[in-house]
Amino acid sequence: MRYSGLKVIREAVTGHKGWRPAWRDPEPADYYDLVIVGGGGHGLATAHYLAKEFGQARVAVIEKGWIGGGNVGRNTTIIRSNYLLDGNEPFYEMSLKLWEGLEQDLNYNAMVSQRGILNLIHSDNQRDAFIRRGNAMILNGADADMLSTQDIKKRYPFLNTQDARFPIKGGLAQHRGGTVRHDAVAWGYARSADSRGVDIIQNCEVTGFRIANGVCTGVETTRGFIGAGKVGCAVAGNSSRLMRLANMRLPIESHVLQAFVSEGLKPVLPGVITFGAGHFYCSQSDKGGLVFGGDIDGYNSYAQRGNLPVVEDVCEGAMAIFPMLGRARLLRMWGGIMDMSMDGSPIIDKTHIDGLYFNGGWCYGGFKATPASGFAFAHLLATDRPHETATAYRFDRFEQGRMIDEKGMGNQPNLH
Amino acid sequence: MMIDHPLLGPRDSAEFTYLGDARLIERPSPDAEDAATAFYDYAYLRDNPAGWHRELWFHEAGDRSWLVVTRNTMTHEIAKVELAADVAREKGRST
Ligand SMILES: Cc1cc2nc3c(=O)[nH]c(=O)nc-3n(C[C@H](O)[C@H](O)[C@H](O)COP(=O)(O)OP(=O)(O)OC[C@H]3O[C@@H](n4cnc5c(N)ncnc54)[C@H](O)[C@@H]3O)c2cc1C
Repeated sequence: MRYSGLKVIREAVTGHKGWRPAWRDPEPADYYDLVIVGGGGHGLATAHYLAKEFGQARVAVIEKGWIGGGNVGRNTTIIRSNYLLDGNEPFYEMSLKLWEGLEQDLNYNAMVSQRGILNLIHSDNQRDAFIRRGNAMILNGADADMLSTQDIKKRYPFLNTQDARFPIKGGLAQHRGGTVRHDAVAWGYARSADSRGVDIIQNCEVTGFRIANGVCTGVETTRGFIGAGKVGCAVAGNSSRLMRLANMRLPIESHVLQAFVSEGLKPVLPGVITFGAGHFYCSQSDKGGLVFGGDIDGYNSYAQRGNLPVVEDVCEGAMAIFPMLGRARLLRMWGGIMDMSMDGSPIIDKTHIDGLYFNGGWCYGGFKATPASGFAFAHLLATDRPHETATAYRFDRFEQGRMIDEKGMGNQPNLH
Repeated sequence: MMIDHPLLGPRDSAEFTYLGDARLIERPSPDAEDAATAFYDYAYLRDNPAGWHRELWFHEAGDRSWLVVTRNTMTHEIAKVELAADVAREKGRST
């Protein structure tokens, strides 16, 4: 069943009786050519591209809870490709291009909204750094625009550019950046993969790998053994726990990141804004809530809830740039568990075990990567070669000192 | 989160900065045969357990001591707090 304007109208006048579940609920088969562990955005995108671009049909996605219940449904939905380094920028730009065609590709309204992202500048050296970043973006085919204080004042008249503690001296804008309806990303990919024959198996936790003589032949699950030609793992913040079952230790720690949403307000914030003097970023959802966040809590955590010092820190950032936010009520706050890798960049690679592949270490910026991550992982699983934009995302970069340390902070997973 | 400092009593965790796995006390020897692999392991690889975790906290806004805190990463419950210097000495190191 394809969605169309005509279908919506027909359903509207016939009492919405014709809608069917968007994906099946199959029993697991004994064997698949490819098993993807993790029904988040990345796992489902991998399944979609495997089926659509690489012609793989016998594929299953195995999810311990329900699809879309992990980070893909918890994040602050910002997409952009304003990276700096050669290992990253082409990959994130490819992702942004895939976002731009996503809804047509999936026949699903994911509410991709290119409302623009603006990184504010508060000092001269920050301006230099952003000019450099903007040039790196343009060299890689992305868009970047340095805005003056006057430009910013026109767009965001409420920002204090004069006598604030950190006056605004300009900004780096990426007008093609923006936000996407995060749940719809999981659902859209799931529906598309399912319609191409992928089995999406929910309420099925992977509890072990069957590995003999260095070859992985399938996964043990709470619903029995499932054989596989190849197993690809994409479980976001649970990477260390899962790969431990294959006796692997990773260059990764799990940390909690909190997010916040205010009560619904009339439109006040047309695009995404990031505060350059502290760590605070904010956008307004289509329902009107201001969605914002800041730093990670800073210590290993699997708790899916945060602690108060970071709430205070985020709110201080909010008040510094956005004093009017102090009059809005906070509706909800929550936390998600993310992999924090030792250089702040992801890993998409084969492991040393034949038939076992890994996709993780997305830190707190992995949502924007969902389409490219799925595409690159599908490419790796189908062809055994890394996709050209993901050649830097190998395990051995740490050992060989070729890290993609975007922030230049070294091996500090709790800082990125 | 409160950390029960062995010398100062309960302190707010916001006074501390976090380093990570307490194994970072056990720096490998640069003279060993396998020093390159040992340092790769030491600098980058982590157990990262869901559950009890021994970790290093620095009392930066306090007495500037290093603590080894045994904390549950699922619940934030803290079972034990030791001075890192004591832990290192138990392992036969001078500090
Ligand atoms: C609060 C917050 C805000 C964020 N904001 C942004 C942002 O604005 N922009 C951005 O780009 N990124 C953001 N991120 C990061 C981004 O959300 C993640 O990097 C990305 O979503 C992770 O990939 P995923 O969606 O596939 O993960 P998930 O949706 O978490 O998928 C992993 C799945 O694996 C399943 N799983 C785990 N273990 C097993 C097992 N043993 N067996 C079977 N299944 C298993 C889980 O149940 C889960 O559904 C944010 C993250 C958080 C927490």
